Amino acid sequence: MSQVINIAPITRIEGHASIAIHLDDAGNVRDSKVHIMSLRGFEKFVEGKPAEELPRIVNRICGICPWQHHLASNKAVDGCFGVSVPPAGRKLRELMQVVSHAEDKLLHFFFLAAGDFVIGPDSDYAVRNVIGIAKANPDLARKVVRMRQMAKMILEKFAGKAIHPVAGVPGGFSKPLLEEERVEILKQVRELLDFALFTMDFAKTKVFPPYLDMVQSVGVIHTGFIGTVDDDGALNLYDGKIRLMKGDGSRVDFDSLEYTDYIGEHVEPYSYSKFPYARCWNEGFSLDLSDPKGIYRSNCLARLNVADKMATPRAHEELEEFREKFGRPAQATLLYHWARLVEEVYACERAIQLLEDPEITDDNIRAAVEPKAGRGVGCLEAPRGTLIHDYSTDENGLITRANMIVGTTHNIGPINMSVNQAARTLIKNGEVDEATLNKIEMAVRAYDP
Amino acid sequence: MSVKVAEEWLNACSGCEIAIVDLGERLLDVLQLVDFVHMPVIMDHKYLGQKGDGEHMSLPEADVGILSGGIRNEEHLEVALEMRKKCKIIVALGTCATHGGIPALSNSYSSQEVLERYYSTESTDKPHAWPDQGVPPLLDACYALDEKVKVDLYVPGCPPHPDHVFSVLTALVENRPPALPGKSVCDQCPTVRQGKGELKRLRRFLQAPRYQGAGEPLNKMRCLLEQGILCMGPVTRGGCGGNGATPRCISARVPCRGCYGPVRHNGNQMLDMLNALASNGIEVQSLPEYTSLLRFSGAHHLLHPKRSAKEA
Repeated sequence: MSQVINIAPITRIEGHASIAIHLDDAGNVRDSKVHIMSLRGFEKFVEGKPAEELPRIVNRICGICPWQHHLASNKAVDGCFGVSVPPAGRKLRELMQVVSHAEDKLLHFFFLAAGDFVIGPDSDYAVRNVIGIAKANPDLARKVVRMRQMAKMILEKFAGKAIHPVAGVPGGFSKPLLEEERVEILKQVRELLDFALFTMDFAKTKVFPPYLDMVQSVGVIHTGFIGTVDDDGALNLYDGKIRLMKGDGSRVDFDSLEYTDYIGEHVEPYSYSKFPYARCWNEGFSLDLSDPKGIYRSNCLARLNVADKMATPRAHEELEEFREKFGRPAQATLLYHWARLVEEVYACERAIQLLEDPEITDDNIRAAVEPKAGRGVGCLEAPRGTLIHDYSTDENGLITRANMIVGTTHNIGPINMSVNQAARTLIKNGEVDEATLNKIEMAVRAYDP
Repeated sequence: MSVKVAEEWLNACSGCEIAIVDLGERLLDVLQLVDFVHMPVIMDHKYLGQKGDGEHMSLPEADVGILSGGIRNEEHLEVALEMRKKCKIIVALGTCATHGGIPALSNSYSSQEVLERYYSTESTDKPHAWPDQGVPPLLDACYALDEKVKVDLYVPGCPPHPDHVFSVLTALVENRPPALPGKSVCDQCPTVRQGKGELKRLRRFLQAPRYQGAGEPLNKMRCLLEQGILCMGPVTRGGCGGNGATPRCISARVPCRGCYGPVRHNGNQMLDMLNALASNGIEVQSLPEYTSLLRFSGAHHLLHPKRSAKEA
């Protein structure tokens, strides 16, 4: 008799998804599907709204990465209205971008993912989480909570709102940075860098070593990758060219305005979320584990794979060590956790660079904008991947058309593949227990969807 | 004895859950007092049993059920009904739960129109049919929680300030009603109001408001509405600044857009704002459109699809 095992909901991720694993008569995996359960329709309901209001509407796409939606939206509206942002405004936006990345990675590693590694994938569900960590290792938990909160409060104290921000505005930023604020934030960000380096070391020596076998077996698939790089090929979270790399390492760089030439979105009947794929590879779309077509991945592992280097020294050292160990491109899915911590170092170092630049306290932060007809594509790296907001406006500056490709969406196909691979590896002869199912979920959690 | 709490997110973005995490070190204290029995964002309790072989969704019994998000599809409805059945007190956390929130802007359109656009964007390979396998069908609109289940406590905010989340959780532990601010955003706004002026029209927020340099404190800056910039403060429930009190958007020198919902639970932010403007002699036609005034509170049938000529 065939059987369906449901993992519902997938937990310790952001959003609504479930997994259905279909077993054959012998109890082996016939097929699996990851169902993405929700659809809200931002692409439709922003139509007719004043474009300058969009950065304060679309940030509600995600409460974990609202800054990225807010900033990408501002960039798109800048494009519609044809305005260029003064240097200090641009730097304040990037500062918010990297500080929110730094906060997000601590959230994911310690609050969402760490239960599996620190408490253990086989442990009871009641303790396999941040609550369990708080009880098992209260000193570490307090330190983590304090550091993450410090990053969050940098955003809130300076920019008013940390969740669903408002301080980015078309044309720039809403308020300048005072010298005393710069000094205080710089001090805090230096402390965050120390903690990032501690976390990197802690993870490499204490957290990852027992799991290196699992890293090489669970959820491993072979795909291409996407990310944003500078003109000189360094990873950039705020701006640059989009780089699409094949699994063999060959790559193409393109401007965000041309994204539809390179990326298509496929629709499957079992998921509200669409499945982006590399249209420019001209091979169609397939999630076949042995012969995938058009599939690439986003988020930190992808960014590390596509980048030639890191623009900051400590992060670059970490990238070199990572590459030496795992090659380029690294394909093992659980390496996302490692890559995330390398990016944490980069985000803190980049924040320090920005804060050491005297121009960041300049008063000229915002160019006045005039509503007009136009098109703008705002693109940057959200924690979960390359984020694209594409708007058109009419002569009154009201939105006539909007398309968005959200970071996690790029990974929907790969998540399906990793779950399928993990299920096939871990389930044999109908033997399924809770720990097995959690390990399959770990293949999802790595992507931090 | 600790209080058992179940938490779920419905048609939501996770911002309310992050507001709980943003309690910071207070979160560790809360964890001593509160026993979370179900909370998908941080713990692995499952609907269909831990081995995934159950037939029906089942949530554990709890003293308090916290729900964020509105109700947009059949799964949201099922979770909300199950929570209501298993929990003594239901808390609507955040403006999506209390008034529909931003996603209720979709109520200006039919679900058909929403699906049609989403699956036909310029990057999308248009499908033969919309997804219908293993995904919950959409309801006809985005509903606030109390349109489908009885709600015992409303905690609006997009997201609610962590100070309020904390006071709600501690009040529930101590079995007393929480003290939440009830007046308007203006009540806590430090900017300078000079009363009725010569203002006739509002302008869009396309350039910075007037203030004397970065160092000028907010209590020297003129009220943004009196500067001619639409600000929803007068018709929006206050408290967004938490115990720090200063409204959060104002502290970034940006006008309020209404994220705490109407001052009275069943108020209408659009009508109240248009009335307030008109009674002060300001031409409401100077606004580029009106729907956005309901961007946080479009549930409760306040926003609905335009009837087509055929239906009318």
